[in-house]
Amino acid sequence: MADLFELLIGKEGEKDYKKKAVIVQGITGKFGSLHTQQMLAYGTNIVAGVTPGKGGQKYEGVPIYENMKDAVNATGAKISIIFVPAKFFLSAAVEALEAGIKLLIAIPEHVPIKDALTVVELSKKYDAIVVGPNTPGVIIPGIIKIGIMPASPFKPGRIAVLSRSGTLMYEVSNNLSLANFGQSICFGIGGDPINGSPLIQAFDTIRNGANIDGVVVVGEIGGDAEEMLAQHIIDTKFDKPVVAYIAGRAAPKEKKMGHAGAIIYGTYGSAESKVSMYAKANVPVAKRPAEVPMLLAGKLEKGRNK
Amino acid sequence: MRLLEYQAKSLFADYGIPIPQGLTSTTIEQGRKDAGKLGFPFVIKAQMAVGGRGKAGAIQKCHNADEFELKYPEIMQKVVKGEKTKAILLEKMADIKKEIYLSLFLNRGKRCYTVISSSEGGVEIESVKNQIIHEVGLGKVDTKTAEEIGKEIGLKDKALAQFVDILQKLSKITIEKEAELAEINPLAVLKDDSLVALDGKMIIDDNSMFRHDELRKFQEVSELEERAEKSGFSLVELDGNIAVVGNGAGLVMSTLDMLSDNGGKPACFLDVGGGATTDTVYEALTLISKMKKVKGILVNLYGGIVKTTIVATAFIKAYENKLVDVPVFARMSGAEADKSKEMLKGSRTKMFDTIEEAINAAVIEVNKNG
Repeated sequence: MADLFELLIGKEGEKDYKKKAVIVQGITGKFGSLHTQQMLAYGTNIVAGVTPGKGGQKYEGVPIYENMKDAVNATGAKISIIFVPAKFFLSAAVEALEAGIKLLIAIPEHVPIKDALTVVELSKKYDAIVVGPNTPGVIIPGIIKIGIMPASPFKPGRIAVLSRSGTLMYEVSNNLSLANFGQSICFGIGGDPINGSPLIQAFDTIRNGANIDGVVVVGEIGGDAEEMLAQHIIDTKFDKPVVAYIAGRAAPKEKKMGHAGAIIYGTYGSAESKVSMYAKANVPVAKRPAEVPMLLAGKLEKGRNK
Repeated sequence: MRLLEYQAKSLFADYGIPIPQGLTSTTIEQGRKDAGKLGFPFVIKAQMAVGGRGKAGAIQKCHNADEFELKYPEIMQKVVKGEKTKAILLEKMADIKKEIYLSLFLNRGKRCYTVISSSEGGVEIESVKNQIIHEVGLGKVDTKTAEEIGKEIGLKDKALAQFVDILQKLSKITIEKEAELAEINPLAVLKDDSLVALDGKMIIDDNSMFRHDELRKFQEVSELEERAEKSGFSLVELDGNIAVVGNGAGLVMSTLDMLSDNGGKPACFLDVGGGATTDTVYEALTLISKMKKVKGILVNLYGGIVKTTIVATAFIKAYENKLVDVPVFARMSGAEADKSKEMLKGSRTKMFDTIEEAINAAVIEVNKNG
């Protein structure tokens, strides 16, 4: 599998080290244009945009192309972020992967499951990483922001944050930053039932990062991603501290709680099931977002005393 | 969207999966006519989106007109696990030899569909023993796989051939209607070895509804939930008395959890969404004002792209128009939080630095007012 840090940062000595090129699909739309400004302000190297019918124009100095093939040919970018309405997501993603994109950040919410599954299959074929859909994106604080997250909660550091929820990623990262736990990467899994990079896979793309002292996993009810991750932590004997949070303990069954993926059927997807699997993997689960840094500090302390 | 039994069965019938003869009504007058057409005996089945109807007495046999007059109204009034009866299905009884479990289910972890089958159906899936599970990618089941599954659950000859046909039709429905789940439980083997779907459950992917106009007739959302959807935020009504409002599904769920942990009872889950404007938040407050049970509002915001001032402005407008007359407890952090605090100074909104403090105050105040 492609290495996420290498895709996002590159290797020291490379010409584009810490300046990896990014294409914005849907750059002239309401959200695409707003977030292009914000990403540029953060220092993200946006080299091209794509909006059919607007090829040849520019937005904020960024050249616009008719399609992904032209944009990739002109720039050599391997990263793309998609801002298009859900019903156009599938064709935008197919176009990106076929054009050679290796890291695809899929922002749209309300993408049908069938379309997400189709993109997952295609990403395997092209050996590409898909993040989302329904994700806030990915940020390496201080270096690159590819997403819709505000900049203020994040500080550079050595904790990796994986989150199934957008605002909780901001909230938890902010709590970590205030407690002097900066972040090496914050990775938005997405709130949908089908993720381009499910928790377990996202975990594998970052676990070997040299810049990671611990991992915080922000989960929620629905599906069995947390259970699978807990088992994976046990099976692969991951020995750095992992701390979790799970939202939705008080949610009723069979009700979709805002996210398409946040729904409990029977016991499938319940918070109890996730907490008990985490317990087996020796991963403490915070009761409140504010508790995360305390639990992390405890785990790091224990690690040092070993 | 979860389809009711009779709705799922109407799709089964469209695709040629055998179902018992049945008629659906919502009034006893219509029910009497249906009973006349069907002839006694039959089964009276409450149509509600919940499992365990049999145990709860929401499915009962009916042998004659006297029984019908007693049982129809009784079942119409049933509430099981909070779900009310939406309609009544009268259905002919079948001569059952054996009950099988069969479903196609989207396995989120494996990111593929799975066929789940068992020779011991008729109970809820959690209790189904000897489950046979096959992964089938995007949902297509070929003849060979269907045959293997049928044999594994002990079917042969005529029953096996019919099982293969039914499973492939169920697969076709799943793919074409974009279902997350299509379940027949039980799939009955009758005395003459023919198969019939005695129950049906389907969950359709809500996000695919834009290309399924034919399923819209099955869609049932409360007026409030529909208005919420139109404005781009999500609302789930709950039983308590404190409305919970925030931005981001995870953050609002987290707030519900903390409120419940502290003895508060949420009246609703309301996520104003990533594209919230002052107008949509005002619309959200309008919806909350229509919920009589709400005795207080708890607001938890992490301002990012949606600035906290957008929400603060909506509240000020709501106070001016006397839309909100219950106490409001708010924690606002992130973008323009200080400005929001300034704006709401001296208003009905009490501002707190942490959500924990806001929750404590809300629970105390609302409980005090009964």
